[in-house]
Amino acid sequence: MPALGADMDEGTVLEWLVKPGDKIHKGDVIAVIDTAKAAIDAESFITGTIEQLIIGVGQTVPVGTVLAMIAEPAAPKAVSPPPAPPAGEPPRQAAPPEREPEHVPAAPRRPAPVSPLIRKRAHELGVDLAGVRGSGRGGAITRADVERAAARREPAGAGTRSTATPRARRVAAELGVDLAGVTGTGPGGSIREADVRRATPAGEAAPAREPAAAEPAAAAPAARSGAERTRSMRQAIARLMARSKREIPHYYVSSTVDMTSALSWLHERNRELAVSERLVPAALLLKAAALAARRVPGVNGYWTDDQFRPADAVHLGLAISLRGGGLLTPAIHDAAGLSLAELMSRMRDLVIRARAGRLRGSELTDATITVTNLGDQGVESVFGVIYPPQVALVGFGKITERPVAVGGLIGVRPVVVTTLAADHRASDGYTGARYLTALSDLLQKPEELL
Amino acid sequence: MTPDQARNVIEEAVARVAPDADLAGLAPDADLRDGLELDSLDFLRLVEILTERTGRQITEDDYPHLATLASAVKFLAGG
Repeated sequence: MPALGADMDEGTVLEWLVKPGDKIHKGDVIAVIDTAKAAIDAESFITGTIEQLIIGVGQTVPVGTVLAMIAEPAAPKAVSPPPAPPAGEPPRQAAPPEREPEHVPAAPRRPAPVSPLIRKRAHELGVDLAGVRGSGRGGAITRADVERAAARREPAGAGTRSTATPRARRVAAELGVDLAGVTGTGPGGSIREADVRRATPAGEAAPAREPAAAEPAAAAPAARSGAERTRSMRQAIARLMARSKREIPHYYVSSTVDMTSALSWLHERNRELAVSERLVPAALLLKAAALAARRVPGVNGYWTDDQFRPADAVHLGLAISLRGGGLLTPAIHDAAGLSLAELMSRMRDLVIRARAGRLRGSELTDATITVTNLGDQGVESVFGVIYPPQVALVGFGKITERPVAVGGLIGVRPVVVTTLAADHRASDGYTGARYLTALSDLLQKPEELL
Repeated sequence: MTPDQARNVIEEAVARVAPDADLAGLAPDADLRDGLELDSLDFLRLVEILTERTGRQITEDDYPHLATLASAVKFLAGG
């Protein structure tokens, strides 16, 4: 079970898009995974042949659990956070088909490098490294990852009422099971779907576990319903944003940018184009934000393991509000390297898929800086909350006409307030100021944003 | 195109762009984008669908005509 976002602890297999014997390539979508925030298309990170689907449709398992075995030309490998059992180890050494959640082993062994010091720290804290998602380079587990994993566990068991996963609540409601009488086997004693099903009188109402590849879509379990989705998404956002404000010392800078030349250039350009090829001002803002991040790399990357690691490319996260509440922040890959037209079509595509629940896992995990554009909602400016482990969030307000002094005269011009919330551990106000200046400069020469 | 036809086309386009938006509950002279919470991409899609359905060229200069349901009906029916 891959971590499809910094805030994901577990996921449910909604659908397998492959079956044993299928040949797959790295990056192919092989399953649909339901998370707290959305149903997401999960991609394979290796090329090979599907050997065995281990986790059945409808099952909810923690991040790190082996979902399927993929045979590489050389040796079988487990899918799920970067796999690789030692060469020669037979595939079934991985996770056995799960029925008893308490026995669900996490990924077989961590191939990602773990330093002896971190291993020791994990041991001290009683953290199983197999269940820890590495946020370091190449998925390496850092000290911070281990401590986070330990911290996550502690409050859960602290004698409070046991919690239930949203899915478990729904299943309990469907089956008429009182959660108070159910023993939870999840982290911190939380109640999972399997616990609820065990507690039903029939006891055996487990969901179909056969690969759904050849079955009609109707046989697959539904993604979370609207109200439940809203609630689970709220919880996921709450966790991540609370973590951000707890860990990240934010600083903020803002600047009002004259949009006269950008908008008139855009208007001229759109005049000749069919509706489908027209650009919206947001596309210009995004392109400028991405290029500025390339010019000022100190705001583009991750804070992990007590240090800032700049990213090689600019993967621009886009805060997309969903109808009915909540938001997702999928990334436009290499946004600084895309033409304006490509960026525009990627943005449209991303918004449509985010709202339809068809995002790919890689889009939700690798943004290096995020942009929020609340201009359409009519606000003048927005000072955002950074998505950890990113170190900056760019905000755009509404483009409005304002009296502006130009060359000693007052004129009415379209302006936009740009803001930057940045992580003071990774950079100082000086860097943030340079970023907004670069952004403003870029917007004065729109023809160079093409 | 009659005003009724224009209204139908608009209702259909809104239903496609924002399936859960309540056009019926919106006053004819209320701002469409604000009232239905359409962002700039939604609005562009709306214009795209209206162009497809009516065969009419709608330029950016025409956008103000699409501000409200009443003005949009008038604009589409008038052409």
